[in-house]
Amino acid sequence: MTPFQYSRATSAAEAVQSAGLEAAKYLGGGTNLVDLMRETIERPAVLVDVTGLSANIDEREGGLLIGAAVRNTALAEHRVVRERYPVLARAILAGASAQIRNMATVGGNILQRTRCAYFYDDEGSRCNKRTPGQGCDALDGFNRMHAILGTSPACVATHPSDMCVALAALDATVHLEGRQGRRTLALTDLHRLPGDHPEIETVLEPGELITAVELPPLTMASTYRKVRDRASYAFALVSVAAALRVEDGAVKAVRLALGGVAHKPWRAWKAEAALKDGPVTAEAFRAAAEAELADAAPLRDNAFKIELAKRTMVSVLGELAGEAA
Amino acid sequence: MNILEQAGEAAKGAAQGVLKKAIELAPDSWLPGGRPDPLIHHQHGHVGKPMSRIDGPLKVKGAARFSAEFPLVGMTYAAVAFSTIAKGRIATLDIKAAAEAPGVVLVMTHLNAPPMKPTPLFMTHSKAAGGDNLAVMQDDRIHWNGQPVAVVLAETQEQADHAKSLIRVEYEAEPATTSLAAAKAQGTGPGQFMGEPLKLEIGDAEARLVEAPHKISATYRTPRQNHNAIEPHAAMLVWNGEELRVHDSSQGVAHTAWSLAKIFDIDEKQVNVTSPYVGGGFGSKCLWQHQVLGAAAAKLAARPVRIALSREGVFRVVGGRSLTEQHVAIGAQPDGRFTSIIHTGVTVMTRHNAFPEPFIVATRSGYAADNFKLDVEVAYIDMVANTFMRAPGEAVGTFGLECAIDELAEELGMDPIELRIRNEPEKDPTEGTPFSSRHIVEAYRAGAERFGWSQRTAPGMRREGEWLVGMGCATGTYPYYRMPGGAARITLTRDGRATVAVAAHEMGMGTATVNMSIAAERLGLPLDHVSIEYGDSTLPGVILAGGSQQTASIGASVIAAQRVLVTELLKLAGNDSPLAGLGADQVGGYDAGLAKLDEPERHESYASILSRAGRDEVVAQASAPPPLELQHWSMHSYSAIFCEVRVNAVTGETRVSRVLGSFDCGRILNPKTAASQFRGGIIMGLGLALMEETEFDERNGRIMNASLADYHVPVHLDVPPIEVIWTDIPDPHTPMGAHGVGEIGITGTGAAVANAVYNATGKRIRDLPLTLDKLM
Amino acid sequence: MSIIVNGSATPLPPDPRVSLLDLLREHLKLTGTKKGCNQGACGACTVLLDGERVVSCLTLAVQAEGRAVTTVEGLAQSDKLHPLQQAFIDRDGFQCGYCTPGQICSAIGMAAELERGVPSHVTGDLTAGTIAASREELAERMSGNLCRCGAHNGIIDAIAATFISKEAAQPYRPDGPEMAA
Repeated sequence: MTPFQYSRATSAAEAVQSAGLEAAKYLGGGTNLVDLMRETIERPAVLVDVTGLSANIDEREGGLLIGAAVRNTALAEHRVVRERYPVLARAILAGASAQIRNMATVGGNILQRTRCAYFYDDEGSRCNKRTPGQGCDALDGFNRMHAILGTSPACVATHPSDMCVALAALDATVHLEGRQGRRTLALTDLHRLPGDHPEIETVLEPGELITAVELPPLTMASTYRKVRDRASYAFALVSVAAALRVEDGAVKAVRLALGGVAHKPWRAWKAEAALKDGPVTAEAFRAAAEAELADAAPLRDNAFKIELAKRTMVSVLGELAGEAA
Repeated sequence: MNILEQAGEAAKGAAQGVLKKAIELAPDSWLPGGRPDPLIHHQHGHVGKPMSRIDGPLKVKGAARFSAEFPLVGMTYAAVAFSTIAKGRIATLDIKAAAEAPGVVLVMTHLNAPPMKPTPLFMTHSKAAGGDNLAVMQDDRIHWNGQPVAVVLAETQEQADHAKSLIRVEYEAEPATTSLAAAKAQGTGPGQFMGEPLKLEIGDAEARLVEAPHKISATYRTPRQNHNAIEPHAAMLVWNGEELRVHDSSQGVAHTAWSLAKIFDIDEKQVNVTSPYVGGGFGSKCLWQHQVLGAAAAKLAARPVRIALSREGVFRVVGGRSLTEQHVAIGAQPDGRFTSIIHTGVTVMTRHNAFPEPFIVATRSGYAADNFKLDVEVAYIDMVANTFMRAPGEAVGTFGLECAIDELAEELGMDPIELRIRNEPEKDPTEGTPFSSRHIVEAYRAGAERFGWSQRTAPGMRREGEWLVGMGCATGTYPYYRMPGGAARITLTRDGRATVAVAAHEMGMGTATVNMSIAAERLGLPLDHVSIEYGDSTLPGVILAGGSQQTASIGASVIAAQRVLVTELLKLAGNDSPLAGLGADQVGGYDAGLAKLDEPERHESYASILSRAGRDEVVAQASAPPPLELQHWSMHSYSAIFCEVRVNAVTGETRVSRVLGSFDCGRILNPKTAASQFRGGIIMGLGLALMEETEFDERNGRIMNASLADYHVPVHLDVPPIEVIWTDIPDPHTPMGAHGVGEIGITGTGAAVANAVYNATGKRIRDLPLTLDKLM
Repeated sequence: MSIIVNGSATPLPPDPRVSLLDLLREHLKLTGTKKGCNQGACGACTVLLDGERVVSCLTLAVQAEGRAVTTVEGLAQSDKLHPLQQAFIDRDGFQCGYCTPGQICSAIGMAAELERGVPSHVTGDLTAGTIAASREELAERMSGNLCRCGAHNGIIDAIAATFISKEAAQPYRPDGPEMAA
């Protein structure tokens, strides 16, 4: 770990002030950042601890305003989340381990970095994320865990969060504070696809801090399903966050997002469009999944993800339709 | 009641139970015509009773001291830099920034490392412990991707790690062989294991296969795996002049001490290796480069060193299990009798070790047939030297063999258990020797009954929602070994207490616990009057915690030492004793002393003998006899593993919902810890079946999942309730009638899972691990 | 500027790189808390931070300022083992013992979460007030603690026996030899 200065922020403004330097990083639960610092992949000169900032969960206009310092466990166990946003509770509970969830913050979870083994192998592998222009060893290497949607020749990594997949499906917005002031952003617009610059993972300005996440009201049945290589404590091969409302035998409203398939939590807009106002049948669900995955591009080891994503979408929609019926 | 009180109570009960008869001394060998260890038939003592671990209280309090946890005055912390190419040489080494970093005491590379002899390779000498035969950090040559190229010592671990990250190495890479295909294309050589060729032909197996009315012929693949004991390898080393003191995490303290002495060209007695607790070994905790580097750096810096490998470091420095590509073919008559068994294939290893994964060993004695063709060919790859990992050979070899039998049963339309029983051999089918104790059929019958095997349906017939449910079974076997070199020392003191000292190891098997109870029973002492010293290279014996042989080795050593002890005691007892005139074979351990076997009232306590002789203690040391029993019998532990799986029809996810292991491993000495050993082996087998694979990048020979996040081992939710039962039939030809229990559990389990998956889905997967993509 | 470790105030390390785990092991010589991976993947370093289970390897010691840390060394009351520690011995919930302190601390944190009604990945009804502590619930909640010796059955037995009920703690073979212990 490279030496750094540690400071603790007592307000968002103070945090933004402290992080004036390029080489500063905000520290949440540390479950990803401390690991990456130990690997010397992250080498901040200054760590600004923002875990003392807002850890409140407030009901607002039928929705929720969630402080960025709220720990994952606290969010998953919150009564309103369990009752109205089961997709979010389930996504969080499917992630990592209980210990990690007790530490990890909402803000940190959103900004966690990929688990691509070549990204992590600082000494022995090439990675365009770590060293722009260096090349990508994952492209022709072990890429079973890697992306099938929105990839580029520069990067095929996935975003590892479960929580973000649910947030993407929930139309969450992210509250930001930076040197230029405050703004909000749809979560689906926060993360970037890799393109030519996989090292730039979000649209955040330097020093910009996530202060909160806002959820609009949800009036649909919702759930989250994660498919992985062991029963627990593993990153997703594919995950599906879904919300559905059926009226008069037709899909009245639907939200779908996929995890484990792209450089960002993947909102399945195409599938949603295909489903909207359509019949509640396995065939319709399958057609929607086919539409979403039409552009999927498999790598050496991950072609199975295309079919897995489709099947999981169909299964989850079927489960929600059954609940609605 | 705490553990010691419990033990005390148990001892009282036991003592009351044994009042009737003294326990005669065991014979010091178990050859044909000989008599068995009398402990076998002794049903009222400590042996065979469930007993909690004597180190339990320390372990649950976190007070058991593991290798990295002995503070040394003036200690420095080590960090290791690893190569990033598979073969070539170090062209430039820039250590300036590292050497100047805060807290740095030493940067050691091949340019300043002290002279060291090549590492003695395991099995080239009875005490050789090295995973490879390379000299450590003596030149600029790179032999594998991940080889240590520099060691930093600093005042804190943080400083050492940071300084290490500042080292810059450039390499001149040379063409390396890093893929299986390339290695095979370069030609294979014959494999050898335990000094014997891994090649055997009896009759004409190929011709008989062609003629056979029923047959199976298939290729099975198993990947590389790593032990991943939760305690990473660590050692603390300090030189006192020319004497080297090592706190290690070791399953071979005597081996490691001798090997380090060879490397540093000093006398064996100048190295003392201790290892009171080992945080899991499974074959991995022998001598690898880190102990050598730690000792070299400690010498160079003239400071004590702690070298604790990072988890990544363990993957880079310590070898794992190698991959196999196995061809299994079996020819059978219409009644199921095998006419021909072929088990051949390829594994990979390096030019620097001599351990081809011996995947055919279980096939040598598993089933009756007149024609065999067995062959392990070796292809060479530039990689970290592979090594033994829990049940080397059997763990993966039984996957091929036992899946093939399941496939053949399907083809024959026979129940796979009946097919196995039909081919049960009367004697070892390839050696011709009788079995010392083989009750696998009983184990199958008992297991099938208890598991509910009769509920098994045809493949793909049982579905619950999205889940397809199936059952499978397989046979596991692991040889009984007793390696030469065992020795023990018994110290009996005037207060009637005994200490048994053996250079053995406690990695969680319950070694100390079970051997305390065995020694107490032999000597006729209460449990709390016996203690065990182990984990120290200065103690007697060369006793590897490997091959599931440690308890047999200790048992035979203690038997030999007791004979010496009793002979000496009878001498000391003299003519004034009730024992006067009796020979060693006429007396036995009884009620804290010796008694005439058929006349227990002729008794004198140890305390009385010693005080009358004016002695504070008697020390008896002896070596175990050579393991000649192995030449007269075919000796193995056996199991019948039953498994129920649920495979998700949508996603291909497999969950094991039930496992039962029915074991035939001689007499079970401590049912409590033996059950844990069985379960532990089975759980590692579930990992082997479902998820474990070391990802070796064939482009550059680099292991890409060198972490516990990426190398999956089973978590709690992967582990179902595992029931274990056993025959408990003693083997009259082994100490205590026991067979090893440490490795048998993993054998057969991979095949049992794969066979259950077939029964659930109708899909036959012949490549491990059984990940969901293969089942979609 | 201190951390309360097992009830005693301890100064923060001067180097902010020091993890809570290394503070415990290297500075305070409290080596009961184990280092298995140093990257949050094995749970061997689990401690209780203000009563919540966390992995101490990914917690910087400075982040724990002013907070109370309980390690395995802080569980036993004088010479009397914590009931869970005794249950681990009784049910043989370990072999090598290296993951054991983490398992025990994790289980104590887990019991509090269960009591509080925190749901898990395998909880059927998220809105239920109380959660039935099935074996599956316990196993899921303990999945952040790896064990390589394979003591999983004994660990879950021990936890169930201590925190749930004697019925839930029935081992897999009630008439089996290990019960005789």
